Amino acid sequence: MSGFGWWLRDSWEMVLRNLIHIKRTPELLLDVTLSPIMFVILFNFVFGGAIGRLVGVEGGEEANYINYMMSGIFVQTIAFAGIYTSVLLANDLQKGMIDRFRSLPMAQSAVLTGRTLTDLLRALLAVAIMWVVGMLVGFRPEGGIVGNAAAIGLMLLFGFALSWVGVAAGALVRTPEALQGIIFAVVFPLTFVSSAFVPTDTMPDWLRWFADRQPMTLVMNEVRDLTLGIDVYDAELAAVLWCVGVLVVAFPLGLWLYNRRTTQ
Amino acid sequence: MIEAIGLHKSFGETHALRGLDLSAAEGTILCVLGPNGAGKTTAVRILTTLTHPDAGSATVAGIDVLKDPSAVRRKVGVAGQYASLDELLTGRENLGMIGRLYRISGTTVKERASSLLARFELTDAANRPLKTYSGGMRRRLDLAAALMARPPVIFLDEPTTGLDPKGRLSMWDLIAELAKGGTTVLMTTQYLEEADQLADDIVVIDHGRAIARGTADELKRQVGGERLEVVIDNPRYLPEARRALEAIGESEARVDEAAKRVSVPVASHDGVLTRAIRALDDAGVHVDDIGFRRPTLDEVFLSITGKPAEDAAEVSE
Repeated sequence: MSGFGWWLRDSWEMVLRNLIHIKRTPELLLDVTLSPIMFVILFNFVFGGAIGRLVGVEGGEEANYINYMMSGIFVQTIAFAGIYTSVLLANDLQKGMIDRFRSLPMAQSAVLTGRTLTDLLRALLAVAIMWVVGMLVGFRPEGGIVGNAAAIGLMLLFGFALSWVGVAAGALVRTPEALQGIIFAVVFPLTFVSSAFVPTDTMPDWLRWFADRQPMTLVMNEVRDLTLGIDVYDAELAAVLWCVGVLVVAFPLGLWLYNRRTTQ
Repeated sequence: MIEAIGLHKSFGETHALRGLDLSAAEGTILCVLGPNGAGKTTAVRILTTLTHPDAGSATVAGIDVLKDPSAVRRKVGVAGQYASLDELLTGRENLGMIGRLYRISGTTVKERASSLLARFELTDAANRPLKTYSGGMRRRLDLAAALMARPPVIFLDEPTTGLDPKGRLSMWDLIAELAKGGTTVLMTTQYLEEADQLADDIVVIDHGRAIARGTADELKRQVGGERLEVVIDNPRYLPEARRALEAIGESEARVDEAAKRVSVPVASHDGVLTRAIRALDDAGVHVDDIGFRRPTLDEVFLSITGKPAEDAAEVSE
């Protein structure tokens, strides 16, 4: 088997290991199952009426808030799931499992590709669950098969890129507990200073300037266009470039930081 | 099979290794003996390619550890404190994963896992997650994992730490059996008795340096020769016993009143025992036990470092 073939096989071995973990501790899936369901339901029923009426959101004949909000919740959930890779990696680093892998003649980067590929599956599960729950409470994605498939593809690309940011963070920060705090402090505000739940045009100028240009907004806006079959935001190029750009930087950076951390 | 020359490694201000040499011939057991913080684990981590030394070189199974780490990894098995197994996977799943990552074919992996589980008496627990295992079971599974690829060299980092006496004995048997089968074993230990039992060669390290090396017998000889030791039935006769033995021994006798024991250094075995028993009998002393005794490795450590092994260092590894 070629080097590439072995790398794929080793990565798959790591994915299997991670899936067994999920099977034995299903709590590992709460962040991509229960919390997005709660978000869909809470935002739709608690805020939906008020915000939908006030802001007159785009994307439907009537101001249908859930159609607007779903892309925000999709991307927010994917972002958290992606960056959560760091916590799971930091756990392995802390428990000596990585030293075991490093003593084996396997492709060392497979530990990381296995981790990020598993998290891609987690992200896919999250999207599927939110999609179904969203449709049950009124989400109407009329973008057609191609549009909706492209939207899912873009979200997964975004999640995969953030997983590699997570790898870099996990290799850099010492403990899983510290990472939880950092994630909350950094990712949480980023998901709110965006077009996730309200259009950015009511924000103060300085905040709006940032919100309109940050990658989450661009990805959310493009997902909105694609799922709803509209062409309001026209963000496909910027969204894809951001995802690819983050991946191109975070992938080698994550590998490098991980190698540096583990060969001390 | 294992050669290390002049290994140096520092972590910031802590000098874990300061010029350590190690060498083990094929099919032998080399014990690296030392207290916590002596640098044992760092040495093993370098030899198993997990850590780069700051200076020095090493070969394992003829392969340079620094130049071709992945070739070394194919030739070695590792078990120990730092390279753990997966808590959530079952024993069988752990062995399967490790076997496949050694790139052994799927059917061979299954067969080997089953036979190792049987050999290490883990068949009943094979399908339980590792987190339900006792300390002894864990160590046995660790060792099984190290053997999945049938490597010519295995490294065991404190393989019996935390085991009860029974678990320790069974681990000793397994390790001795491996060396008999031609595997080269490098193991670290804090237990002098363990090195005495198992090792073909012992390296005593302290503060990152070898302070003594040789076979257990050589080390003991280095500390002092054999003694004749007598335990008598009635402590009232200790002075008589002492006088009788000093007439036979090389120098002054040592008396332990609580143990009713008298011992003297002797130069050889020739006729000593017969003369001693006769002399004691003439002095009216009743003997409970009599025999030759060599110093323990505890005494070795004490005489080399000037302090007991336990408090030699406080730095953690």
